[in-house]
Amino acid sequence: MNRFDYVRPATLPEAIAAGARQGSAYLGAGTNLLDLMKVGAAAPVTLVDVTRLPGLDRIETLANGDVRVGALVRNADLAFDPAFAAQFPAVAEALLSGASPQLRNAATVGGNLLQRTRCSYFYDIASACNRRAPGSGCDARDGENRLHAVLGWSERCIATHPSDFCVPLVALDAVVEIEGASGRRELPVADLHRLPGDAPEAETVLAPGDLIVAIRLPAAAKAFAAHARYIKLRERTSYAFAVVSAAAALDMADDGRIREPRLALGGVAAKPWRATAAEAALVGAVPDRASFARAAEIALAEAIPSGDNGFKIELARRIVVRALVRAASGTPERLPALPASPFAALAGEIDHG
Amino acid sequence: MTLSISLTINHVQHALTLDDPRVTLLDLLRERLHLTGTKKGCDRGQCGACTILVDGRRINSCLALAVSHDGADLLTIEGVATGDTLHPVQRAFIEHDGFQCGFCTPGQIMSAIGLIQEAQAGDDPERIRENMSGNLCRCAAYIGITQAVQAAQREIAAADVGEAA
Repeated sequence: MNRFDYVRPATLPEAIAAGARQGSAYLGAGTNLLDLMKVGAAAPVTLVDVTRLPGLDRIETLANGDVRVGALVRNADLAFDPAFAAQFPAVAEALLSGASPQLRNAATVGGNLLQRTRCSYFYDIASACNRRAPGSGCDARDGENRLHAVLGWSERCIATHPSDFCVPLVALDAVVEIEGASGRRELPVADLHRLPGDAPEAETVLAPGDLIVAIRLPAAAKAFAAHARYIKLRERTSYAFAVVSAAAALDMADDGRIREPRLALGGVAAKPWRATAAEAALVGAVPDRASFARAAEIALAEAIPSGDNGFKIELARRIVVRALVRAASGTPERLPALPASPFAALAGEIDHG
Repeated sequence: MTLSISLTINHVQHALTLDDPRVTLLDLLRERLHLTGTKKGCDRGQCGACTILVDGRRINSCLALAVSHDGADLLTIEGVATGDTLHPVQRAFIEHDGFQCGFCTPGQIMSAIGLIQEAQAGDDPERIRENMSGNLCRCAAYIGITQAVQAAQREIAAADVGEAA
């Protein structure tokens, strides 16, 4: 790990000023940043410790019904907050399917959004990686790339965004609140991360010094609480990143049709992937397997393998169907023992036909 | 740069001066305070051998900068027994063969203590396995570990009921 200076500002303006300096990085729990620093994939000049900033550790319901979650709320505390989990069950399920209990106890909401790809070439400083070292090339293109992107990738970079949390957040139109040099602004979580294009090193739209201070779930997202699930396919039962994942949320009309659907995928692109065209196809549809299979086809219509990962496209279609089947059958009273796991199948959920 | 921090470690307060902000809680415990019960396995947050409780919550001490935890209350494997009386989780690991080589055991025990305090799993073996998945055991003593956590959970729950009565 490189030597660095450490500062622990007491106020937000001091933090922003320190964070805007060349080579500064914000330190939350550090569960991803310290890991990157240990292998040399990140080497900040100064760590700006934001963990003592006041007022960023609250979960609160605003006057308009929106729910605001401070950037320093720990992943586990958010997932286990009874009111939050009841209103946004797919978010709680996604959180509990990510990392390990120890990491969830430490990792923050803001840090989860800004975690880096787990592409092994990004981590290995002996490898070429345009995301880590712009212009150096991409060793993943002709390397071990089974788990890389199938949507939105470029010749410069085929990495995926690893967050589970972000997938239901974009499905539910969550907003991120940012404090920066020019004050407070906000944008949809869906617009926070950038696709690689010609500049994969620009991972988000944040400017130097910008600090995520909160996320907000809109009041309208509570309408999906009765039919909202997250499902995550992993290469082992627990404690692994998604091969592919999906968040599905349905607002059901009284006649049993879908009034409003929400669908997003994880593990397929450099950002959490909202499937808006698939959603449009589900408006007013009967929630049956045929409708869901059609939606899955549309959701993956643009998918192209970036290497030895063509299988992910078919897996993603199947995971989309499974997520929609689960959402349609209703949010369970209590999360299953294995949150988001395909192994916790509902009766009749799996169709091998 | 010199940094002064204060930590409570196993109920004892320590005033510490760090000459380098890179020190993790794990390295501080092992190299500076010679509390070597907490193990360094992967040093990357992947194996759980370094699990300790910080302010009552289990975390990976290898991914926690000591300087950022100024004022925290740490509990390590050295602090869980009361004199010669083992913690119920320690006893259960012995009774149920929850280990073979023992390297991962301090982390497993600290993780299990954290898990029982979190009160999310009860004695459901599937929930216990899921909630112990951050602790790897290369000897694969997982069956014994799960049984030990179940037994300790029941004993602690029964003791809590007894105290409440």
